[in-house]
Amino acid sequence: MRKTLITTVPAALIALGLATAAQAVIKIGASVSATGPAAFLGDPEAKTLQMMVDDLNAKGGIKGEKVDLVLYDDGGDANKARTFATRLIEDDGVQAIVGGTTTGTTMAILSAAEDAKVPFVSLAGAIDIVQPVKPYTFKTPHTDRMACQKIFADMQKRGFTKVGLISGTDGFGASMQAQCKDVAGDYGIGIVADETYDPKDADMTAQLTKIKNTAGVQAVLNPGFGQGPAIVTRNYHQLGIELPLYQSHGVASDGFIKLAGAEAAEGVRLPGTALLVADQLPEGDAQKPVVTAYKSAYEAKYNQPVSTFGGYAHDGFALIVDAISRAGSSKPAAIRDALEQTKGFVGTTGIYTMSPEDHLGLDLSAFRMLEVKGGGWTIVN
Amino acid sequence: MRISGKYWTLIFLAALIAVTPLFFPSGYYFRVGSLLFVNGLAVTGIVVLTGYAGQISLGQAGFAGIGGYACALAPVHWGVPPALAVVLGAAVSGVLAYLVGRPILRLKGYYLSVASLGFGILVAMVLNNERELTKGPDGINVPDIGLRGLLSDWGLNLTNGEFWYALTGICLLIGAWIALNLQSSPTGRALRALHGSEVAASTVGIDVARVKIQAFVISAIYASVAGSLMALQNKFVTPDIAGFLHSVEMVTMAVLGGVASVPGAILGAGVLTLLPQVLTVLAEYEQLILGLVMMGVMIFLQEGLVPSILRWFRGRDE
Repeated sequence: MRKTLITTVPAALIALGLATAAQAVIKIGASVSATGPAAFLGDPEAKTLQMMVDDLNAKGGIKGEKVDLVLYDDGGDANKARTFATRLIEDDGVQAIVGGTTTGTTMAILSAAEDAKVPFVSLAGAIDIVQPVKPYTFKTPHTDRMACQKIFADMQKRGFTKVGLISGTDGFGASMQAQCKDVAGDYGIGIVADETYDPKDADMTAQLTKIKNTAGVQAVLNPGFGQGPAIVTRNYHQLGIELPLYQSHGVASDGFIKLAGAEAAEGVRLPGTALLVADQLPEGDAQKPVVTAYKSAYEAKYNQPVSTFGGYAHDGFALIVDAISRAGSSKPAAIRDALEQTKGFVGTTGIYTMSPEDHLGLDLSAFRMLEVKGGGWTIVN
Repeated sequence: MRISGKYWTLIFLAALIAVTPLFFPSGYYFRVGSLLFVNGLAVTGIVVLTGYAGQISLGQAGFAGIGGYACALAPVHWGVPPALAVVLGAAVSGVLAYLVGRPILRLKGYYLSVASLGFGILVAMVLNNERELTKGPDGINVPDIGLRGLLSDWGLNLTNGEFWYALTGICLLIGAWIALNLQSSPTGRALRALHGSEVAASTVGIDVARVKIQAFVISAIYASVAGSLMALQNKFVTPDIAGFLHSVEMVTMAVLGGVASVPGAILGAGVLTLLPQVLTVLAEYEQLILGLVMMGVMIFLQEGLVPSILRWFRGRDE
């Protein structure tokens, strides 16, 4: 008798269309920059989150509990992001937050999340977000410092010791420029030229000519974001500079090759994630099933290519879902503890193993050195 | 004793600030309230400059940026308590406004708009590029103001949201009180006289340039304090605070509500602070709706919301 009651009551509720109201719902909040200057990052993030939550609920949610995603667009404005973070915590009552597309918006959300003791998985790059470790803040993208290390390791392997830098003056370019200069020495590399450009500049020929004429330069590295690196790549080709050109993970997308032109981009190397080369991964690669599933689902649903940035959101959301199901509870403190204990979790960006000292959980192996060949990405060994 | 209109405005505003929290369903509304008050404070400064004196500044965000970064930098580099950094920021803003305004405001016409526009962009550039000091476009942490701990020592325990709601509310009341007092003071009368006609104002012995500079300095201090409060509340500030769009936003708020009226400007700030929060469900149409509201007000209520509505009521009385 009791059993029939348990099965018939939900059935009746579904018939009445009240199923969601009757079920316990886990609430996850998100504030990403789907519009504004960082939209090329935030838009795929928002789409990814929406897709993943629909997908999760279609499969029955987390242990039968539906997940409700509250998604706001902060337009890249730190002040707005802070307001939405307060709204998510105080008004919507979310148990965890994913988002903070840029370092600025992340820092704004971070202080609200830490005050309220709500776990927050950031999608921004800067190392300051998780260093020093803050109890409730985690992040999924690798840091710019790691990108520098990966690039310099590759240069070291090729026997380069003198490198020219050309960096954007935006937040991303400036932060990576500083990190690269800081770690170059560890790889026996000297920075012999150090030029900058404004992200809105339409021509970088002058800076590149200066690097070209610097004695002894063996390779050039361009920490930058958006369209700047594409222009650098085009100018580089026009000037006929024969030295190897390295770009940052900030432009690891098919869009970059399109913008720079396949001919100019030929031979450009950068540290990217498995996502960009999903179909080239060898069978047995731990990340292959995850990146292939995400790529095909995203491209089928939105009819546009996946980007590394959407992958960050994928990993952020998946980490929270994983933590909730391991914790067996949707209390913020329990989610936080479970997030910190994440071990060997396979995402699109890399394989995460968190600890109380490390709230990023990725190492250099998460990066793959990629090279543009014939208008597409290939893996360099 | 007859209470003048000025005090009715203040009493009404104070009552509104004190009573609305009783109806707040969650702590988030305190945050929205304090945002509204901070914007209202900056816009009250624009009432003095644009509403009273008829001068337009497109660089108010530059002063907000100075106020915000004063609270980020002074406590860390010179050990100034954050609450005093607000005063320091206001002083720096005032001095800069004087230096920018002094040569410009001797001229007639729209020179101040252009000069202040340039000034605002300069501040934003410095904040973006002087990485050694400002940490660049990613923004910088701002220390806690520390007053909340002091209050709890005295037995007054407020949540972060409540504290900032109360503090910014009080600051707005003080700001509105000063602006309303100014309106009927000799300086305020001089400002309104030169708004009507600079030539006429100078023939009755008003030092036009000096009074204009006073208005510009006052509005800069309002913007600076607002910027400081915003930075201290967020405990984080990015160069966006000094961005051109922020300047335009402030002028828009003032114009929407009624630029010559303190309650109007605060209402304008309220509408443009609340609307984006209400429209999150329609995020894609937010800009469209904001634009339509602006157009509607400009076409049908040319003096701004409050003055137009007041006129309509008075017109019916007669």
